[in-house]
Amino acid sequence: MSTVFHICRREIIAFFSSLAGYVLVILFLGISGFFTWLYGSDVFFVGQANLNSFFNTAFWTLFFFIPAITMRSLAEEKRSGTLEWLITHPVTEARVVLGKWLACWVLVAVSLLLTLPYYLTIAWLGPVDHGAAVGGYLGLLMISAIYIGIGIFASSLTVNQIVAYLIALFTGFVFHTLFDLISGTLTGTTSTLLAYAGTTFHFETMARGVISLDNMVYGLSVTAFSLCLATVNLKRRLWL
Amino acid sequence: MSISVTGLTKTYGNQQAVRNISFDVEQGEVVGFLGPNGAGKSTTMKIMTGYLAPTKGEVEICGYSVAEESTNIRRKIGYLPEHNPLYPDMGVIDFLKFSGSLHRMGKKELKRAVDYVVETCGLAPEAHKNIRELSKGYRQRTGVAHALLHNPDVLILDEPTTGLDPNQIVDIRSLIKEAGREKTVLLSSHILKEVEVTCSRVIIINDGEIVADEPTETLIRKTSGVKTYFVVLGGVDNPQHTEQILETHFSKINPSDAGTKPGWHIETGENTPFQQKLADLCREHGWHVEELRPVENSLEDIFRKLTSTSGDRES
Repeated sequence: MSTVFHICRREIIAFFSSLAGYVLVILFLGISGFFTWLYGSDVFFVGQANLNSFFNTAFWTLFFFIPAITMRSLAEEKRSGTLEWLITHPVTEARVVLGKWLACWVLVAVSLLLTLPYYLTIAWLGPVDHGAAVGGYLGLLMISAIYIGIGIFASSLTVNQIVAYLIALFTGFVFHTLFDLISGTLTGTTSTLLAYAGTTFHFETMARGVISLDNMVYGLSVTAFSLCLATVNLKRRLWL
Repeated sequence: MSISVTGLTKTYGNQQAVRNISFDVEQGEVVGFLGPNGAGKSTTMKIMTGYLAPTKGEVEICGYSVAEESTNIRRKIGYLPEHNPLYPDMGVIDFLKFSGSLHRMGKKELKRAVDYVVETCGLAPEAHKNIRELSKGYRQRTGVAHALLHNPDVLILDEPTTGLDPNQIVDIRSLIKEAGREKTVLLSSHILKEVEVTCSRVIIINDGEIVADEPTETLIRKTSGVKTYFVVLGGVDNPQHTEQILETHFSKINPSDAGTKPGWHIETGENTPFQQKLADLCREHGWHVEELRPVENSLEDIFRKLTSTSGDRES
């Protein structure tokens, strides 16, 4: 496991060694802060001391921001040839993928940690449902895990970061919106299954403070599946 | 046996990059892998390091099969990939430490190893810098340093001196020679001179096949017997007639129409007093020499010479 940790560490340092890393985190905080406090159905407009407006904003901002974090992870390594450098160390492809995923997830978790002042301020404004707040944060961490998995898979497909971003965004869109959208037009088991396949259903449940096993199973399985696909993609060179 | 390659074949679609090549390298040998670009050198090296899988054939490194013990083998190999990929955003020391940690080196061991390779590879004056700030020569040294870091038994270096200036080339060569005292080294190049000075044995590969595998001394003997000169003559009235005269004295003449004046590539044997003969001819026919220079043997010439039987060679 130590190699996963070393790859993760190197990735986080690389992220913050460029200005782009800071810009991304600041933009994320700025945009989610703006919609939580200043614009649209913000906290003051709703008039309730809860984090719903923040969670709903973060649910969308993460959807757009995560592909920007993940797009370079494998695409850049492939483009510059460092993937060969990395893989010719005693490291398996799965560990490389896992290390990259973990780094992105830690970055998102740190960004979310930086939004804690929002939570504290709202808790100061009025009585907050702490269970729902914890559930909401866990929900955001879970959908982030999924989108990062998808993003890493997208990044393993190409050497072009922009293409990786677009593939991740489109695939993310299927989970984020499309399943939910189609489910709304149908009824019965198909509708339920489609809703279950999307992230919205699980996130909304969790943001209400209800965390059930199926949310976890869903999050874990979609993430694991994406990471497996990314690993297979890196190993494909051995089968050609 | 340190490296053993048996019947290696690699096919990409319809294209055969490597065709049924076999060779062995003993422990402590420094072997040059020589061939023009696209000959299959890099593909072979990538297969040897486990980065690519062969279509057919087998590679064994230090007695382990690459196909079966891929991870174990990577611990035994120091590999410098083609174009020397590095992380430009990392510092030299951080980069080396990262490489070492992927080899699961302990903290103390790693520190000692980093100090050692920084010293041996002459990286000390630039060690505090980020890789993106390094000159090409220091980047190459960083690449070689990473390959040496975990004290591997086998070094595989893919074109370690490409793109370096003459001073840097000399530095890297001596580094490789130094490493070759204890380790088995396989290095690739498309420059004959390169392998001549560094390697004790040369394997020449062309179009995916081995065309020669011999000690460097034998190779030098075979290729240095024949020399080619480029001659431009002035005072020539009838170039065709001149060519006929030249042909009677030297056996291989190729006219060159590169310049405005008539010029020829003339091949001579090792013991032919070429300059003397040419001067005599000039005196006799009223020509004068406008240009006379030796021509470096191209790899293609060397392949031709090596693959043709000795009776064909003019000497």
